[in-house]
Formats: sequence, C-alpha cells, structure tokens
Amino acid sequence: MAEQTLRAWLLTDTPSSRRHAKLSALYQGWLSFRSNTMAMVGLGILIALMLIAAAAPLLSPHDPFVQDLGNRLAPLGTEGHILGTDSLGRDILSRLIYGARITLYIVALVALIAPVVGLLVGTVSGYVGGWVDIVLMRITDIFLAFPRLVLALAFVAALGAGIENAVIAISLTAWPPYARIARAETLTIRSSDYISAIQLQGAGGFRIITKHIWPLCISSLIVRVTLDMAGIILAAAGLGFLGLGAQPPSPEWGAMISEGRRFILDHWWVATMPGLAIFTVSLAFNLLGDGLRDVLDPKAGE
Amino acid sequence: MSAMLEVRGLTKHFPVRRGLLRRVVGQVQAVNDVSFDVNEGETLAIVGESGCGKSTIGRTVLRLVEATDGSVRLDGEQILNLSTDAMRHIRRKLQIIFQDPFGSLNPRMTVAETLAEPLLLHGLATPDNVDDKVTELLRTCGLSSFHAQRYPHEFSGGQRQRVGIARALATRPRLIVCDEPVSALDVSVQAQIVNLLQDLQAQFGIGYIFISHDLAVVRHIAARVAVIYLGRIVEEATAEALFAAPRHPYTLSLIAAAPRPDPTNRDRSKPVQGDAPSALVPPPGCAFHPRCPMAQQVCCDERPELRTLGATRVACHFAEEVVPETATPQPSATAPRLQRRLDVLQGEALKRQNAI
Repeated sequence: MAEQTLRAWLLTDTPSSRRHAKLSALYQGWLSFRSNTMAMVGLGILIALMLIAAAAPLLSPHDPFVQDLGNRLAPLGTEGHILGTDSLGRDILSRLIYGARITLYIVALVALIAPVVGLLVGTVSGYVGGWVDIVLMRITDIFLAFPRLVLALAFVAALGAGIENAVIAISLTAWPPYARIARAETLTIRSSDYISAIQLQGAGGFRIITKHIWPLCISSLIVRVTLDMAGIILAAAGLGFLGLGAQPPSPEWGAMISEGRRFILDHWWVATMPGLAIFTVSLAFNLLGDGLRDVLDPKAGE
Repeated sequence: MSAMLEVRGLTKHFPVRRGLLRRVVGQVQAVNDVSFDVNEGETLAIVGESGCGKSTIGRTVLRLVEATDGSVRLDGEQILNLSTDAMRHIRRKLQIIFQDPFGSLNPRMTVAETLAEPLLLHGLATPDNVDDKVTELLRTCGLSSFHAQRYPHEFSGGQRQRVGIARALATRPRLIVCDEPVSALDVSVQAQIVNLLQDLQAQFGIGYIFISHDLAVVRHIAARVAVIYLGRIVEEATAEALFAAPRHPYTLSLIAAAPRPDPTNRDRSKPVQGDAPSALVPPPGCAFHPRCPMAQQVCCDERPELRTLGATRVACHFAEEVVPETATPQPSATAPRLQRRLDVLQGEALKRQNAI
C-alpha cells in the first residue's frame, strides 16, 4: 500500500513543490531507462564492479601482493586459486578485484576533470565568440590533431609515470571533444530567444553561461562521458601495459596484461583474465551510455 | 513635452563578408534612417512584408542588435551609447515579447524559475517573497499559481505566450517590443492575447511597439501605424487615417492584399508584382519604384523624403495623387452587398429547414 502511494506520488501530474517535480521527472526517466534491457545489463555490471571494489578486502581470497614462487603460473581452477596465479605466484582473482579499485579511481577522476574543462572552454568560446573563440578552438584543434594514446604517452613521459600523472595525461587528451560539443550546443542556445530575453533582463555573461547554458549542455556531455568511459579505461590500461601508468606491484589491469604477455602462449590465462575484465567493464560502460542517451536526449524527451 | 521613446535616424547595416580574408563586400541595409516616437500607454504598430527590417528595428531599439547610427532616447536619456552596467538598469524598462512561444522559454526551467530570475536580478523581490510575486504575475496574465512549477513543454502555444508576457511584465517595463506576438497562434488564441495586451496597457500604461504583418490585428490594437519598406518608413499615420486614406501606393497595396472579412467586396486593385528588391543593393530613388504602379521618371532618380500631409507622414512624390477611394472600406453590417448576400444565405437556410 505504502509502495503504491509512493509510486502514485512520484507519477503525479500536479507536483506540489519544486523538489517533488524534480523527483517525479527523475522517476519517469528511470522508468524509461529500465525498459532498456541492455542498458540495465551495463548498469548491473557497473554496480557489481563498484561493490566489488568497495568490498575488495572481504571478497579477495588472498593478499594481491603476496608472492608464492612455489605455486607460480598455476592454471585455472587450481585449489584456492580459481583464476590461477601469475608469474610470481600471486592470486589473479585477488589482483583483479583490487585492480577494480584502480580502474574506477582513474575513470572517476578523468570523468570529473575532462568534461568540466571541456564545458568551461566550450561554453566560454561559444558564448563570447570573436577572438576568444578562435584562440580556444585552435588550441582544441591542436589537442585533437594528435592520436590520443600518443599524446597521453608524451605527457606521462614528461610528467613521470604513476597513476595520478596517468589521470592528468588522459584528462588532457580527453577534454577537446567535450569542448567541441559544448561549443556547438552553446552556439545554438546563444541565438535562441530565451537567451535574448534574459540578456534584456540584465543578466551578465557569467550568469547566462552558468545558469542558462550549462544546464542545457550537461545532458549531452553526460552521454558523451559514459560513451567515453570505455576509451578512458582502454587508455589507462594502455598506459599501464606500456609501463607508464600504475607501477608494477600495483594490480592495475593493463600492467597485469603486460606481465602476462611473456607467457601468453604457454600460460594464456595470466594475460587473458585481466583482458576479459577490461573488455567486460568497457562493454558495460558503452551499454549504459547508449541507454542514457535514449533517456537524456532532449529531442526524444518531449 | 517630449515622447517617452524617441527614435531618431536609426540605422543598422549588416556587413556582408566573403572570401578567405573575410573582407566586407557589401552592406545589408536592414534599417535606414528610421525615426518615430512612442508615447506612454500608446501602441505604435510597425508593419511591412517579410525581410523589410521590422524585427531589426525592434531589436536595435532594445540594443539586442547594436545600431550603426542614430539615437534612441528613453525618457530623454540616450541609451545607444550607454555602458553595459548603465544599460542594465535601463533594461528593466525595455522588454520584448517574441514571436515563437516555443523558442522563447528555456526548456529546462520551470515557469517559476523563468519568472523569478528578472525579479531577483533587479531586486524587485527577495528570496522570501519571490513565490508570491511570481503568482501575482501569473494571475495578471491569466494563468494560475499551479502553473508555476511546470515546464514550458507542458503548455499550449497561447499559454506559453502568456508566460512570455508575464516575463516581460516582471520588471514593470515602460516599453515592450512585441515582435509578432500573435503570428504563431491560431485565431481564437490571437484574440485572447491581443485583449490581454490591451488590458495590461490600460492597467500599467505601457507603450508598445507592435511589429506585425497582420493588418487586421494592427488595425485593432494600434493607435499609430508606421509602414516600412526596405528598411525605411514610407508612411506613418494614425491607424484610422492610414486605413481610411492610405497615402503611399505601397500601403495601398498592402491593405488591398489583406484578406477582407466581407467576401462580396471583390479585389479591385492589382496586387504588388514581383519580389522586394535586395536590401544589399537597394534601387536608386524611391525603393518602391520597380513595383509601383504609379512610378515615373522622378521616382527612379530622386528618393522622396518623408513629408507631412495632413495627419500623415509619407515618403512619396505623388502622395496627393494616391486615390483613397481604392482603399477597402470597413465592412459594415449594413453594406448593401453584404446584406444581399446574407439575405440569400438566410433564405437558403430557411428553405433547407422547411425541407426537413
């Protein structure tokens, strides 16, 4: 009964307050998202990943750093090591579980930094126009002109290896597309009548950008972020594989593949298991992104 | 006494850039040397065909588009050269209602947020009483308080236009530019919005610049009418005088082209031929001469200045010779031809009734 009334409260046509209206809109978005099976699969995988990362010490059967050279390169299904062990006898499953933390850490930081930088650059460029626009967009073009991983490699090489530097490097290569999107959205929004109206009401450029243009750009950026996450994970793994991301003892998935590469013919699971993990998570982010786009696309929303 | 709004010699040219170096290759003369006054509580209509510059005039007066030349005085204060900060205070007094009620409201903001913003920006409300003020605005414009929490896509066109009007009213303006406010609405809603505009004018003494191409609406709402052709005023008069005795051949053909409410009143004058010439290269002399039925050599050579003729200001060499009789008479219920037609229709209706 209580559930029924809550549902009715959320689906009402006449919300009683601003918060009510927002919750109601959120709930309706959730309902349309839920009908998309693939997106729900993606969401499920990601929630599982987050839970695993949060509960890593409880879930992992072994310490990911403890070596057992007598039991190195144990195959799948070995007693106590379901996914086998790597070249130093460390349990691969435990390392994958702890690696989820690093992956999430990198993805979350990049997903925070890159879109914000892109949004700032894009909206200012689009709204102010003129020389500011030309300068900012040419800078964006310069960043876009390099292949992403190569540019990230160059930054890491300059900044030094390590997770934080990998995050900065990936963010630096990831913001230009966001700036482009934000600028394109800003250009269409800027010429609309409601921006003219708010200008007439005496709002300044700062207020117009933050209160009127940002909220309208954000939904397309969110979709782009979720679709980009897979790329971010791959870039992070790529840097790890090349030894420029997380450093060896830490169980970063890319670095694990790199270690397993030496034994790939005889002991294929050492490289394959982290590869499968990267594949699964990237796929999950792509599925989620597709689903979110269907919900958030303003054109389909009306 | 000077008028509330004085516009003198307003000119706006848009540069046309081409090629690699973005060199200016020409000027679109959207508005040329336009002067008019609007008094408090008065409606000045600006009419003309598409692309003649009527919207640009409105936007230039509001400084949404910066003028190339001329002056705009509001209550005696020159506003075209004010700094951004000084302009912010003036903006309170100048507002706009847009043509497209679907594009003029931010789709992500509720009506309450849209209306609260100008109130808070100008300190006309505090965060404590802003909800009451918003409700009051909505009531003034014929909406209810429960509309406040809705988003624009939940409204019909007429309701959105009311929200647009409420937003324009929020700052208690002296002048509102109505940029074709009813063109996007269907006829029954048009009447409601026009009535609302008139009520608000009576209540608050707002001056309107009413930009429109719909002569029926203009005739109903405007005290004075300015006819624009290719960025210039060709005729300005009181609505009464303009519709009764148009002095400019262009006005004449505009009125003749409007659909009439009396179907028995057949078209007697020929419609204007051809398209409006390009504002990039306006014809020499009178801009209307290529399409004017009365054009003579002097029209190609000399541009007629606006001159006063009775109560009318008109720019035509032969204004005296424009025959007012060709103007459409206001249809009246007692017009003999209409009466005859009505008789016939009623007779047929009676017959049909009898048959059943």
